[in-house]
Amino acid sequence: MAVDGVSFTAEAGSITAVLGPNGAGKTSTIEVCEGFRTASSGRVRVLGFDPASNQRRLSERMGVMLQDGGVYPSARVADVARLFCDLYGKGEQPSALLDRVGLAARSGSTWRRLSGGERQRLSLAMALAARPDVAFLDEPTSGVDVNGRAEIRAILRDLADRGCCVVLATHELDEAERVADRAVVFDHGRILAAGSLDELRAGQRQIRFRLPTDVVIPDFSPLGFPVLRDGDHFVIESSSAATVAALTSLLAERGLEPVDLRAGQSSLEDVFRRLTAEEQS
Amino acid sequence: MKPFLAQLRAELQLMLRNGEQLLLTLGIPTMLLVFFSLVDVLPKGSAEDPVDFLAPGILALAVMSTAMVSLGIGTGFERSYKVLKRLGATPLGRGRLLAAKIASVVAVEILQFAVLIPVAYALGWRPSGPNWAVAVGAIVVGTVAFGGLGLLIAGVLRAEINLGAQNGLYLVLLLLGGMVIPFSNLPLGLRAVARVLPSGALADVLRQALTGAADRPGLAWIVLAAWAVLTPLAASRLFRWE
Repeated sequence: MAVDGVSFTAEAGSITAVLGPNGAGKTSTIEVCEGFRTASSGRVRVLGFDPASNQRRLSERMGVMLQDGGVYPSARVADVARLFCDLYGKGEQPSALLDRVGLAARSGSTWRRLSGGERQRLSLAMALAARPDVAFLDEPTSGVDVNGRAEIRAILRDLADRGCCVVLATHELDEAERVADRAVVFDHGRILAAGSLDELRAGQRQIRFRLPTDVVIPDFSPLGFPVLRDGDHFVIESSSAATVAALTSLLAERGLEPVDLRAGQSSLEDVFRRLTAEEQS
Repeated sequence: MKPFLAQLRAELQLMLRNGEQLLLTLGIPTMLLVFFSLVDVLPKGSAEDPVDFLAPGILALAVMSTAMVSLGIGTGFERSYKVLKRLGATPLGRGRLLAAKIASVVAVEILQFAVLIPVAYALGWRPSGPNWAVAVGAIVVGTVAFGGLGLLIAGVLRAEINLGAQNGLYLVLLLLGGMVIPFSNLPLGLRAVARVLPSGALADVLRQALTGAADRPGLAWIVLAAWAVLTPLAASRLFRWE
């Protein structure tokens, strides 16, 4: 069984990230929503349709971006854009669509000749051709360079602002943090947590720092609160001014200079690490 | 209608821009027809001029190239590249996708006949009292039989194995088939096998329709019809979309 006991909702006008490591069950879950797989039990509704029995009706309003492939290697970019505009028949213009995803200059190329990032852009264009009310995007930024990622984020935000329910699956937590409003965190086929990013990070304030590698690690016990190790980082589960002051004065007394000292809200990565640790214990 | 036409255009673009496909569907049949009509080395049954025996067989070969090999290889790769999966999530639907594929096969066949028939006439082919209506009927039934076979193989095997299998089967059916070698030149055991293959059956009914000099046209019609029923049925049951 790929996933078990999975339950979540995604809202119109917002971007929901389905997060988790590779093999966590993200794609399986998304494919059930798209109608490619049938759940053995439970209830799934997308725009009110049961995707398993009504994929055809759903497809008219659904944008889909597969994790990979989807285009014949010798097909040309402009022809693919034209095909999908015509298949959905929503009045999107192929050239405008390619312009929007930054592929106008590559319209004469075949899929085979596109870079990984360009293929992602074309796949995104194929999803946008539907003028979707719901969009399922599997790893939309994988293989895309930094500038491309920013452009894709802007397109997704624009899509949500137009009222589309955007659901994206990704294992890149920092990417999700930049673009998503809500997140559903998966691991081993189960949902560990779901909610808005702020909810997920709520109460998750911390201090993280490293020390130079050539120093003797000091005794932190005089601080009176725990200092945990996380790889080569030290973590304190609080970021109050008093905690910061106590830590920095202790380090100053010992003549140590912290590297990468960071205090504030935890990142999604911290949240994910904590959730998976809790699950294992 | 618009999704169907859009998909048909995409299918034709891919088929006509692909050099290997054109070699298979137009190049090889034309070369075989021209070469073996001019160089009289192959057995030709009861025909006096080799082109009289070859022309109907080459038309059958053209149908097999397009409906089985070209359609089968293309569809097999579409399956492995997840093209079929992606199209499955559009309003096109499987019915119209299949319809577009059939229409593109028919269009390529018309192009093939528009080249091969004049070439055969130029080589001196003079069919005696040809019944073109029966020939068209045979081509339709043959297209269904070979299309079903091509899709069956494409829908069951992995893309690379499918490619090899389609090409291998093409060669076997070409040599065994009564397409370029008369049944009477095959050893007895092989002849019995060849008579129940769709390639020989299509070539034989075409030869009957166009020149009247067939091997066993009655049996050939039964064989061809049986393939045309069984292969699409098997394909629709066994085809795996992913």
